Amino acid sequence: MFQKAIELILTRQLASSLAMPIFLVDPSGSLLFYNEAAEQLLGSRYDETGEMSMRQWSSRFAPIAEDGSPVPAEALPLSIALQKQRAAHLAFWIRGADGVAKKVAATAFPLEGQGGRQLGAVGIFWEES
Amino acid sequence: MRITLWGTRGSLAAPGPETIRYGGNTSCVEVRSKKNALLVLDAGTGIQRLGVRERGGAGRIDLFLTHLHMDHIQGLGFFEPLYQPGREIHIWGPPSPTLDLRSRLARYLSPPLFPVGLRDLPCRLALHNVPPERFEVAGLEIKADLVCHPGPTVGYRISEGSRSMAYLPDHEPALGMCDFPGPAEWTSGFDLAAGADLLIHDAQYTVEEYDERIGWGHSAMPDALAFATLTGVGRLVPFHHDPTHDDAMLDRVDSATRAARQLPFELLAGTEGSIFDI
Repeated sequence: MFQKAIELILTRQLASSLAMPIFLVDPSGSLLFYNEAAEQLLGSRYDETGEMSMRQWSSRFAPIAEDGSPVPAEALPLSIALQKQRAAHLAFWIRGADGVAKKVAATAFPLEGQGGRQLGAVGIFWEES
Repeated sequence: MRITLWGTRGSLAAPGPETIRYGGNTSCVEVRSKKNALLVLDAGTGIQRLGVRERGGAGRIDLFLTHLHMDHIQGLGFFEPLYQPGREIHIWGPPSPTLDLRSRLARYLSPPLFPVGLRDLPCRLALHNVPPERFEVAGLEIKADLVCHPGPTVGYRISEGSRSMAYLPDHEPALGMCDFPGPAEWTSGFDLAAGADLLIHDAQYTVEEYDERIGWGHSAMPDALAFATLTGVGRLVPFHHDPTHDDAMLDRVDSATRAARQLPFELLAGTEGSIFDI
């Protein structure tokens, strides 16, 4: 199948219309799409990077916990949403593309399509500082 | 395959002298295989006349519903083969996460909306959710996939040998896209229509009407043309005409479309009674 599932297409279209950073990943964690607001966090445009593996995109954030320790990729909300099929939320620090440390909160939830198909997950970021 | 349009209108039946050529009946398309298997796409009011023609027939009928909006099921209770004892009829429809197909159809085919219930029909009736994978009916390959339209809605691709037709009567692939068409892989309905010999596609609105009805699940003619170009179909049949569009207006839209640019496919008028062989 060449075309993405309709649920992913509609999620992308919704994300394109919203102003907060939104990331859309497939069941393996590969980044399928991120919107313009998310481009500012990643420091690159979706049209330039295309899809990215989980390792590629998560390393760009260099997420740091409140106590200063690195947040492992598997502890990020998107990873939890994918692996445990539940919503997850976490506040942490990242260094954005502009080099400035920012405190963000991320909420992620799994995408279950018609017929129980696991389609991936959506992550939404809020800047807290 | 031979494809016959029994109903081409969208949203509401619109009979009258001003719609006599494009037709007033809502969505219903007959697909007849080389071996004479009968597939019916949607059960709008157009299915009533098809049922009369089928009077006395004995063969199996497979009815594929794209979704359960009223204009696509209103003719179901008037489809004569349903009242023919022993006639084998299969109704296929999109799955819902909450109710099965029988329960959803019974909302219409039961009092007080209709006097006859599904369980009272004397035919041999079987109801099926369309599976997500390709499947075969009477030697034809069927592919159903969810498309962009409010509520669970599928489009269909039907293939016989190397020939194929796609049916997307209610489809808004341009929804939320600032520049349509975008990448093929992010376009609703692309896999269903890609390379089809014949595409029957929603073209309900003018551009001006679409601007006021974004999100209602339908396409303006330019978006239908763009979708047909992107998918590389051989022929396009604009379909699901708005009930307020009379023959004169649809003729004007057709003429303006042909005059505006060279199309990479053949544009056919979506008139009730039209027959296409592929």
